[in-house]
Amino acid sequence: MSGRLLRIRGLVQGVGFRPYVWRLANELGLNGWVRNDGAGVTLAVDGAKMAEFITRLPNEIPRLARIDDIVSETAEVSDSGFAIRDSVADSVGTAIGPDAALCPACIAELCDPANRRWRYAFTTCTHCGPRYTVSRRIPYDRAQTSLAAFPLCPPCASEYTDPVDRRFHAETTCCPACGPQLSLLDAAGQPLAGDPIGETLRLLQAGRIVAIKGLGGFHLACDARNTAAVAELRRRKQREAKPFAVMALNAAALAGYAEIGAAELGLLRSAAAPVVLCAKGAGELPGIAPALASLGVMLPATPLHLLLWHEAAGRPSGSDWLAQENELLLVMTSANPHGEPLVTGNAEALARLAGLADAYLVHDRDIVVRCDDSVLRATADGPSFIRRARGYVPLPIALSNGGPSVLALGGYLKNTVCLLKGKEAFLSQHIGGLDNAAAIAFLEETVAHLLAILDVRPELIVHDLHPDYPSTQLALRLAAELGVPALAVGHHQAHLAAICAEHGVNEPIIGLALDGVGLGPDGGAWGGELLRLDGARCDRLGHLAPLKLPGGDRAAREPWRMALSALHGAGLGYRVGGWLKQRYPERDGGPLLTMLARDLRCPPTSSLGRWFDAAAGLLGVCEISQYEGQAAMLLESLAVAHGPVPPLADGFVLRDGGLDLSPLIGALLVCHDAAEGAALFHATVAAGLAAWVVQALAPQGGFLRGAVHGSKEAKIAVGGGCAMNALLMTALRRHLETAGLTLLEARQAPPNDGGLALGQAWLARKMFKER
Amino acid sequence: MAHGAGGRAMAQLIEELFAKHLGNEYLAQGDDGALLPAPGAGRLVMATDSHVVSPLFFPGGDIGCLSVHGTINDVAVMGAKPLYLSAGFILEEGFKLADLARIVQSMAAAAKEAGVPVVTGDTKVVERGKGDGVFITTTGVGIVASGDELSGRAAQPGDVILVSGTLGDHGMAIMAERESLGFESPIVSDTAALHGLIAAMRASGAEIHVLRDPTRGGLATTLNEIAQQSGVGMMLQEKALPVKPAVSAACEFLGLDPLYVANEGKLVAICAARDADTLLSAMRAHPLGAAAAIIGSVKADPHHFVQMTTGFGGKRIVDWLSGEQLPRIC
Ligand SMILES: [Fe+3]
Ligand SMILES: [Mg+2]
Ligand SMILES: [Zn+2]
Ligand SMILES: [Zn+2]
Repeated sequence: MSGRLLRIRGLVQGVGFRPYVWRLANELGLNGWVRNDGAGVTLAVDGAKMAEFITRLPNEIPRLARIDDIVSETAEVSDSGFAIRDSVADSVGTAIGPDAALCPACIAELCDPANRRWRYAFTTCTHCGPRYTVSRRIPYDRAQTSLAAFPLCPPCASEYTDPVDRRFHAETTCCPACGPQLSLLDAAGQPLAGDPIGETLRLLQAGRIVAIKGLGGFHLACDARNTAAVAELRRRKQREAKPFAVMALNAAALAGYAEIGAAELGLLRSAAAPVVLCAKGAGELPGIAPALASLGVMLPATPLHLLLWHEAAGRPSGSDWLAQENELLLVMTSANPHGEPLVTGNAEALARLAGLADAYLVHDRDIVVRCDDSVLRATADGPSFIRRARGYVPLPIALSNGGPSVLALGGYLKNTVCLLKGKEAFLSQHIGGLDNAAAIAFLEETVAHLLAILDVRPELIVHDLHPDYPSTQLALRLAAELGVPALAVGHHQAHLAAICAEHGVNEPIIGLALDGVGLGPDGGAWGGELLRLDGARCDRLGHLAPLKLPGGDRAAREPWRMALSALHGAGLGYRVGGWLKQRYPERDGGPLLTMLARDLRCPPTSSLGRWFDAAAGLLGVCEISQYEGQAAMLLESLAVAHGPVPPLADGFVLRDGGLDLSPLIGALLVCHDAAEGAALFHATVAAGLAAWVVQALAPQGGFLRGAVHGSKEAKIAVGGGCAMNALLMTALRRHLETAGLTLLEARQAPPNDGGLALGQAWLARKMFKER
Repeated sequence: MAHGAGGRAMAQLIEELFAKHLGNEYLAQGDDGALLPAPGAGRLVMATDSHVVSPLFFPGGDIGCLSVHGTINDVAVMGAKPLYLSAGFILEEGFKLADLARIVQSMAAAAKEAGVPVVTGDTKVVERGKGDGVFITTTGVGIVASGDELSGRAAQPGDVILVSGTLGDHGMAIMAERESLGFESPIVSDTAALHGLIAAMRASGAEIHVLRDPTRGGLATTLNEIAQQSGVGMMLQEKALPVKPAVSAACEFLGLDPLYVANEGKLVAICAARDADTLLSAMRAHPLGAAAAIIGSVKADPHHFVQMTTGFGGKRIVDWLSGEQLPRIC
């Protein structure tokens, strides 16, 4: 009875875990066995070096594996060597993992002229490759993926069935003899002669725009150094200013354009291979990210993409070239015309990208699940999501408690949905703005796919309070169809609840929801809220002084309107004429002033996002937004470029539990350096928000006395779209820390509406519990 | 205007006002109801509409003619020939008799022009503060030959969608007047009775499936209702939508979408694709359809979405709002 039986839970199936255990056990000369079962992996070992095995096991696991828990007990192990045993039937391999970047072993094969996978664009193994985007349903095995159309050839089959091979049960493995093939099509869909990779590179280098079929959808690619090509891409996409992401072989290739620190590099090289926003370097790639302080970059993460750089390097063998300089820099922008979902099918690409692409690099491996690139930013306090999709979905976010299954439908823009199952939250990939039928179809598809692959029937459905969001309407329809309750939750309560969900906060907490506009329970347009959350209960402790939205949502797209509104609200309406003459001489302020004076089509909002718009409009930084969030991004970029300034003394007023930023408006009006104004705005808003929180919590005289005890440990949740502003968040965190408070922010989901569904789902469970 | 003690005299005054302007052989019968010749073969159509508008007088019309046009149009878009109207008035105590006279005269002129007499009516006076000057409820009766009835249920995939003229004129005229927005060129309400235009359209022989007057909630709401009723989807072309520049400019400032602004003298027609040009010509030949346009087509769509191809070639949903347009940009 000297052996050990280990039960391992976590991400241990479909990631090459059993061959790993087999190799380690054999290396150490141990006896025993390993097998998959319903709970994960179970193994038994015995032998002289068993202690070394148990020490090394968790530290050398395959790159896609994750161990959550190991339970160890004694076991009888016969000394007949080490074996991989058959899986326990019916309980195995149900989970589908996220797509993962090409692994080093596969890169080595790809670049080895003697290997049968030399330059093969679909090379993969258990440590890398597509999963989520090729899986139709569970269980995760080849027959359920789009590789089902490609029966394994004998050499591939023997790898697949050999327990010690890297491709043992690699469900998406294939080779040039049996797997998918590339082809390059011209604008009319006719195949072009020659090697598809070589020809694609030639077209790109000649300044053409090529649609490239990636993992979760098509990209439109062009030479990022070719200003004319970039301008042409913008013209064709009718995308004047929204930033593009750039793909480069390595960090060295981006030197001068982007500052890539250790944190950024870690993210770029991770198996998720996201787009990472990096501070711009001294050099500028014209037209890529106009007027912004950061540049979105990514590395080639699939063999198909890597082969373009391999081609550019002259088809070298070995791996030295990977670390060497490579001139090729490509714009890689999602091929989603007019804000509709990504294009995924070959025929669909030819139809929907007509006029956008000069050629199409396609293949016959179908994309089953549409999935955009993920976008992250590394901050001093850790990475944070801008958009969570490929490489992360469908990995769950761990919750502190279990409860009923919940489906949350999210919001309106940058939408995602979320499914709670047991102690895990499955947040969907980015779906996007629900203003078009294709996006709504994608939303429905995503809900159906998520329910199917997780094998869940929701007991509760939850949605935003807004009656006209298509997500709300779908929630009501699904609830009626399934005969389950539909719950409505406030937008900003959900933003803060998302933070509680991922940080396991179950006690009452104070939070700041810093956001654009969302409906509050009083029907008002909230968005700059000091809230106290206690389970499903939410008290509005205070809000930002309201700004009027002249023309409703139109004001959210036209920062000059918000600026005019802020001037009017600050009692500076008489300065509007002079200000317009200086900043926007073409504009007539008369009609807006009439609307404001008569309160006609001017709903008030307490949104902080609209204060950012007002500041950007006031400083002449942004007159009309060309993309969501542009005004705030430009303002942040200017402030970063300017460098820190002290907050404006008396730049804000705390009154009746609320925060009024009006005094700041007067200062910005007379500020002639936009960058200085932007820095001043950020500094003062951060100071004002912190003072607001501190005042609310003050032990003597604070109106929250007793609400949160022990201010040393007090945590302040900060969420909402404005929490994507790293400059604001860093300053706010510092202020709060000085006051002995800890800022809790979204880490595992985006703080904006991309994480809303997580908070909604968490709230639904709390509401259910309290019923 | 007094209420209470002087009631009898006042009632008489009002009766005289109505008799003077609206008078016709049926109204002159003086009974509790009107005794009317029964129409020949066919089916009766009846519609009722209560009219509440502020201000009562606006460029292009007033509550009087509006109450005649609105109900005639409701009868006419059913495919029927409007025959008779009734009118019920709720007056607020203190309402100026001169204003009432103006309104009644306007009703009379509208009824006369339309050839649809007001054959019975009623008046009540409510206390000051319990009304908003005057509310008018009209009911219309018309007749339609069997087989000629129209409903919102008959739109079919492939059909073509037309409008009879520019969108949003009435709603913007009302708002501009109420809020004294003082635009350079005043916006005039389009209030009009459409049964003449409809008769011309039907005489063209085009196979018309649906007619509607897109009043409150505008074209967007009307098309969503039809899409739901018919179980179809629709695709509009933004570029094809007729909107007067002044209305468009006012909407832009106010952040309103002309698709959601009320019309009182426009109709939307859905017809078989092959007859679209015939119908368009017939509409344009009529003074009330001079600016008619083909704006889109009916699609098969299990979601029953009304969509629109925008100026840039993108597509967006033309929402069916649950009420007021609430801000939603987060
Ligand atoms: Fe939000
Ligand atoms: Mg009506
Ligand atoms: Zn691999
Ligand atoms: Zn093969």
